[in-house]
Amino acid sequence: MARHVIGPVDELPPGTRKFLEIDGRPIAVFNIKGEYFGLMNRCPHQGAALCEGPLIGLAQSSDPGEIEYTKLGEIIRCPWHGWEFDVRTGQSYCDPRRFRVKAYPAHVEPGASVVKGPYVAETIPVKVERDYVVVEL
Amino acid sequence: MNIQFRESTEAASPVTAKTAIADCDIHPARATRTELYPYLAKRWQHHLEIYGVHAYQGMMEGPPYPKAQPNASRRDAYPPEGGPQGSSLSFMQKQLLDPNNVQLGVLNPLNTGQGIRNHELSAALCSAINDWQIDKWTSKDKRLKASIVVGNEDGMAAAAEIRERAGDKNFVQVLLLSRNVEPLGQRRYWPIYQAAEEAGLPVGVHAFGFGGNPITPSGWPSYYIEEMVGHSQCQQSALASLVLEGVFERFPKLKMVMIEAGFGWAPSLGWRLDKVWQRLRSEVPHVKRPPSEYIREQVWWTTQPMEDPERREDLFDVIKWIGWDRLLFATDYPHWDYDEPSRVLPPGVSEANREAFYLGNAKKLYGIC
Ligand code: FES
Repeated sequence: MARHVIGPVDELPPGTRKFLEIDGRPIAVFNIKGEYFGLMNRCPHQGAALCEGPLIGLAQSSDPGEIEYTKLGEIIRCPWHGWEFDVRTGQSYCDPRRFRVKAYPAHVEPGASVVKGPYVAETIPVKVERDYVVVEL
Repeated sequence: MNIQFRESTEAASPVTAKTAIADCDIHPARATRTELYPYLAKRWQHHLEIYGVHAYQGMMEGPPYPKAQPNASRRDAYPPEGGPQGSSLSFMQKQLLDPNNVQLGVLNPLNTGQGIRNHELSAALCSAINDWQIDKWTSKDKRLKASIVVGNEDGMAAAAEIRERAGDKNFVQVLLLSRNVEPLGQRRYWPIYQAAEEAGLPVGVHAFGFGGNPITPSGWPSYYIEEMVGHSQCQQSALASLVLEGVFERFPKLKMVMIEAGFGWAPSLGWRLDKVWQRLRSEVPHVKRPPSEYIREQVWWTTQPMEDPERREDLFDVIKWIGWDRLLFATDYPHWDYDEPSRVLPPGVSEANREAFYLGNAKKLYGIC
């Protein structure tokens, strides 16, 4: 599993996402309230660029009339047909047994460790004194 | 929320790699509110500014925003130069026509002049949208062909518009909507069928429209999802009306295209009509043959929304009843329920049927060589 440096932390503030291609794969990295998540940017349904959809919450209901809205900003909704996936895990909500999106672990590493490797920096000049978002795949 | 969008969506794959297709349901949009003004007499421009447009519509004034996605459209289909999805030819070429090797694209503009209570305004707007389709789309890209939009509630005015455009190669069909003031087989709409038959143009019936009636026969539903499935119920009653009022009998060369309401229900509607017709035939003696015969001879179906049953054999059974020569592939671009050409047809289809499904049927029906 290779670790890819995809940018300094301050370039991916909370609520934003970054699109990139790693090893020919379209990937999106999200900062959700300070946590980072990587997701394959291709919908398993008909192949839309999934991560260009809106981040919404999860509406669930135990009984008609009872609505619970949780996971705010953690559900990605496909820009084409609206299928919903959990950004943390890639799990599908409409057909969890048949579909999932590949999720890639992402986290923050200090510049000092990134410089030493074994990391691949995605055309980003790395400075020791900064923190970087790193994706594993 | 700060969302970064990539500069472009999918990198366009080489055109030659993909099978040539026809896309029989594309929705072009206006970039600005006043984009039609150059095609409208001053009188109507002023009228629009002063009085606006009044549709036949119960419960609400217009389509509720945003219907599952903004403008009911793909979120990745905003043109880079701004404006709503579907309003830029160059972006449509880049996102839809070129990468999917679309050889024929049939334009069906919605929210135009149809279903408007002021029939003169309706006719003026429809004529304007037809001029606009030539100017902005079909004259600029030969792959694109337009539908003649007509003011459906005034059959005579609609027929006049059809006759005026007949023979113009920019147009390949007449466009109606499924939700009208009355079921589509009724007499007020006959002049439309007569003019279309004379012109040799198929009549497309696209889901949606303003008829003032609820989308379901049992009243106004609570949810958008009910409206989505209601489109097929609505098309079914339109089709039953066309058969039972004798439209197909009276206009035997008329070809109808059912657009965007599915087709999985076609066999059961045919079976049911045939069965009751055997018993109640004397009520409608002008219907001379079993209803399903008219349907199978005079009706075509666009695929979006493509039926997607669990077992693909079920899909093939339905298509067998309809006929592999009757389906017309459609994406519904840029709307959110867009179908991706390479992903809709399950494996196990013969080369000849695939070719007919993606291109051949459409070329034949619309007379494109
Ligand atoms: S392509 Fe994503 S939901 Fe259909």
